[in-house]
Parts: sequence; C-alpha cells; structure tokens
Amino acid sequence: MAYELPARFAEYNEARQRGFLTVKKVKEDGGRVAGIFCTFTPLEILDAAGFLSVSLCGMSGETIPAAEAHLPRNLCPLIKSSYGFALTDKCPYTYFSDLIVGETTCDGKKKMYELLGRLKPVYTLHLPQGLDGCALESWTAELRRFIAFLEERFGVSVTDKALREAARARNQERRARMALMETMRAAPPPASGLSLYRTLEGSGFLFDQDQRTAGLDRLREELLAAYAAGERPVSAASRRILVTGCPIGGVLEKTVGVIEASGGAVVCFENCSGIKTACQMVDEQAEDILSAIAARYLEIGCAVLSPNRRRREHLKRLIEEFHVDGVVEVDLQSCTTYGVETYEIQALLRELGVPYMALETDYAQGDCGQLSTRLGAFIERL
Amino acid sequence: MKTEYCIGIDIGSTCAKTVVLSRDKRVLLQLLQPTGWSSVDTAEDIRRRLEEAGFPIEDGTAVATGYGRVSVPYADKCVTEITCHGRGACHIYGAGQLTVIDIGGQDTKIIRIENGAVSDFLMNDKCSAGTGRFLEIMANTLAVRPEELCRMAAEGGGVSISSMCTVFAESEVISLIGRGEKRENIAFAVVDSIVKKVSSQAGRMAGGQGAVCLTGGLCGYPYLRQSLSDALGCEVRTAEEGRYAGAVGAALCALALEKQRSAEK
Repeated sequence: MAYELPARFAEYNEARQRGFLTVKKVKEDGGRVAGIFCTFTPLEILDAAGFLSVSLCGMSGETIPAAEAHLPRNLCPLIKSSYGFALTDKCPYTYFSDLIVGETTCDGKKKMYELLGRLKPVYTLHLPQGLDGCALESWTAELRRFIAFLEERFGVSVTDKALREAARARNQERRARMALMETMRAAPPPASGLSLYRTLEGSGFLFDQDQRTAGLDRLREELLAAYAAGERPVSAASRRILVTGCPIGGVLEKTVGVIEASGGAVVCFENCSGIKTACQMVDEQAEDILSAIAARYLEIGCAVLSPNRRRREHLKRLIEEFHVDGVVEVDLQSCTTYGVETYEIQALLRELGVPYMALETDYAQGDCGQLSTRLGAFIERL
Repeated sequence: MKTEYCIGIDIGSTCAKTVVLSRDKRVLLQLLQPTGWSSVDTAEDIRRRLEEAGFPIEDGTAVATGYGRVSVPYADKCVTEITCHGRGACHIYGAGQLTVIDIGGQDTKIIRIENGAVSDFLMNDKCSAGTGRFLEIMANTLAVRPEELCRMAAEGGGVSISSMCTVFAESEVISLIGRGEKRENIAFAVVDSIVKKVSSQAGRMAGGQGAVCLTGGLCGYPYLRQSLSDALGCEVRTAEEGRYAGAVGAALCALALEKQRSAEK
C-alpha cells in the first residue's frame, strides 16, 4: 500500500543524508561533535558544553562482515553495524565525532565500546543497573564526573544556567515529539507508521534545536489540517498495531513495512525512537538541575534496567490510549535483555487479553519470507 | 454470475496442493504436484489442470496460500498458510478447539485454534531443523526416500543426533555411517531429532484445549505420528487429507470471500 505522503515527510527521509553537510560545516567552523548511541546519553550536558549530538547507531548490514573480524557473529546487528562503520570509516558522522559517548547499557554495547576506544576517543558513562538503592545519587555523580571530563578535556565550561536552558529546549522538543505521536490515537490514524517513524528518526539529524522542534510542530499541524479536510491515508479497516522492543531503524521495512502492507497500521512505537524515550521530562524548576536531568534519564523504561517495571506500565497505558488491537515485539538477534523480557510481556498481554507476537530478526534479508508470513498471519487473526 | 465452486491453492516450498470445494463444502477435486523451481509456472500449470478437470478459474473464486502465494496472479486474494491450515484443520477434523502441528517443507508451525479461529501460533524462524526439508536431506544422505526412512526408523533405536542445524546434523549422520552404525538406527535418530524439536516448540505454547492434529506433507508417515504422540503424551490425530489442509483452508477462505462479495452486491 503506497500512501501519499505530505511533502514535509519526504524532507525527513533525507535528513540523515543531508545532515552530513551540516556537520561538516560545523566542524569547519570550529564546532564540536559528539557521537552517541543510546537514549540514556544526557543530551542536555552535551548541549550545554556546546557539542552537537548525533546518533551513530548502525542501521545497515553492509559493515557487519568487517565488524565480525573483531566481534563475535552472534551479537546484536546494531552493535556490529555501528562498530563496522567506525572500523571501515564509512560513516561521516563517526568520522567527524570529536568524542563518542557510550553508557554501560547492555553487555554487547559496553564491551564494544572498549574496542571502539581503540579507534576513536570514547567516554563510557556508568549507568546504574536498576533504580533501587542509590541509583539516582550514583548516576548524578556519574554525570558530574562527565562534566568535569568535558571541561578539562575540551576547555569548555558547563554552567547550571546552560543546563537549565538545554533542559527547557529538550523538553520542548520531547513535547513536540509526543504531540506528533499522539495524533496517531485517531481512528483511522492520520499517517502511516512508516512515515511517522522515519520522521521521528530523521528529526535527530536536523541539528538546530529550535528548527527541530518547530519542524515537528509544523508537521503535526499540517497532518491535523489534512485530516480535518478529510484526508485518510490509512484505511479505517487497518488493524491497529503497537510495536515494542529493540531499536528498529535497521529492520524497518521488513517489520513495520510488512505490517502495513498486510492490513495493519502501526499507531504506536513503544521503543527507542518512539514513546519510550520522549514521554519523560526534566523538572526545569528543580533546585539541583543536574540531579533533575539524571532523574529524567532513569525514568526510561528500557530492558537494560533490572527490574524494568516502567515498560509494563507504559504498555498498559498506551494500549488503551492508542486503541491497540495487537502488539508486535521486534527484537534484534541476540538481544538478551529484551529477549528475556518477552516472557513477562507475553504474560502481561495475555492478562490484558491483547494478542501479542514477538519476533527476532537481524539486518540480513534471509528471513523476509518467514516474517511476512508470520506478521501476515498475526494480522489475519486480529 | 454466482460461483458454483471455490478453489484453494497452496503453493508450498516442496509441493503445490489444490482443492476445489462445492458451496456446501464438499471436496470436488484434489491436485498434488511438485512446486518445482518456479511458482509462477506451477500456478499456470494448476490453472490448466483445473480447466481440464472442468473447473475453469474464471467461474470460481480462488484464494492462494503457501510461500508461493504471491505468484498466483489469478487468485482473488492471498491468505497466509497459518490461517489456512487452521481453517482447513478445523474442517477436516470437525472441531473448533485444536492444536495443529503443520510440518511443512521449510517451516514448522504450531497453531492454536479456539472457536474455529487462530488464537495463537508459533513458527520456526529461519532454521530448517524439525521440518520436511531436514527429513529430505537426511534421507538423501542415507540413500532412501523419506517415507522409507520413517519405516526404517521404527526398527531402530539407541542412537541420537545432537545437532539442531541441518548442515551439522548431516555431518553427524555421515560420521555415524562412517562408524558402521545400522541404517535403521540412524533413521531412528533422524526422526527422533525432528520429534524432539517439534514437541519442544509445541511445549512453548502453554495451555490449549482439544485434540492435537498433524497437517502437512508428513501426515502419511505412521511412525512419525506415533513418536510425536509419545513425545507429547497425547494422541496426535492425522487424516488422509491432512496434507491438503492448507488448500482446504484457502478454499474455505474463498467461500467466505465469495459470500462477502455477494452480500455487498
């Protein structure tokens, strides 16, 4: 099913390619770039230190063979692809990064960062394993240590005032992301999940903070206006799907694309580029702004945390708010944390009476036939 | 014009099955042929054979299923084989509560049916362990036909294959041959490996009411059915038309489609 996309959607599809030029310009003008991998990276600190943050998550399988010269084969394709891009110098964003910031999230990533450190300057933040005990104190201290490192290494100064301003701007962007995603509550939704996802992902490659937020707001207004004028790009008969699990940028076509070609519409993304990482705000008024920033990041309901109660709470709420007919969990090959959680998620959804299926896939195309049969059959039963 | 019959075409990875059902769901025709290397050619051949048998495509409603379903240009609709096997099994076994085990050429599916509809299913990802292909490759290595291998397995015992991967399992079989192990014992190990894989897959789908039944190409192998029953601790039912379950289900989908269309008119 090919949807007519509003012109603005197309801009976002190309944002990742065009962003290279912006970053090159920033570098030529003496600016600094921080490469990041995970939604736990405290963006406000990098903003306040004058760094431009760019996601380095590998989304294509082309560099995986090169990465497998150093990394085991049975490792997450996102980790292998990202490392492969650094190793083969194929990603300009990695090339331009003055610093790569990692966190001790999943085991695969944190050990990969050690090897990445041989190729590029890497700083690894120690994320607590869970929320209990002194997690907040230790994470705040960890962020303070990171600021001290940035100040010393790059001769910058990170003030509370700048942090507070960054928090305000990032919150605004998060609200804009949330508002855009919330338009999908409508039945039928005003856009396909595929175009929404590409927009959310592409937005990260627009490097002007205000432009980024304003762009999302404008897109939402246009969508709502078109919808009010009677445009219905998605059939009302489509089954409403929520996608949860791992980052899916590298497997978008063979998961979301197939769902939407088989009579489904992805109305909600409870994963990295979606609700999971946009729904919590920093308390801008907090007396200790750094501790408020730390607290905000610990609210992300990711499977790397143990236990991870928030994900289940979110799912419960989102299923209701987005009138979800079925939940599809997309996990990347060898993702231990999400793989193990599927058991509990399945139990939760059985309890809620919502059909659920979990699939594991990678960046290769070998399983496309099976995936389209499984996803097709899942939608047929809804 | 009102259609007098409905056609279900199941183009699997190994065999293509076609069933023609009357409006009162009686089987009017069954066709079985190897899929060959081209699903498109197979689909064309099916069209010709249907015409020869007096069921021209133009006068019926047709639904295609199976991995080659998109290669049937004259089908009115494509439905996945999971839905079709579920529907077909309900019809063949005359029950609305079932667990269907479909051992196909390239994948194995466990399908839970409640009230006549698919309520849950499991399918192997991209590995051929526990599928018809696994049996075929091992039979080739032993220089027998798959059905012969299953007959021989009933006479053997005492040996097992530990590799789940088809390629590794083949090396294991070759080393058993090299060691001078009896063919019956190796055949036993091959069937045992399929049964273990399929029953552990079935075990992952908790709960379930009603009978367990087998569909797909391995339906007609009594020893396989018996071993599967022993492993699952319950009687696994099978039927002669079991391998046509997907095509029967597709024909039933065609019937539903036809009814829906005439209601809309």
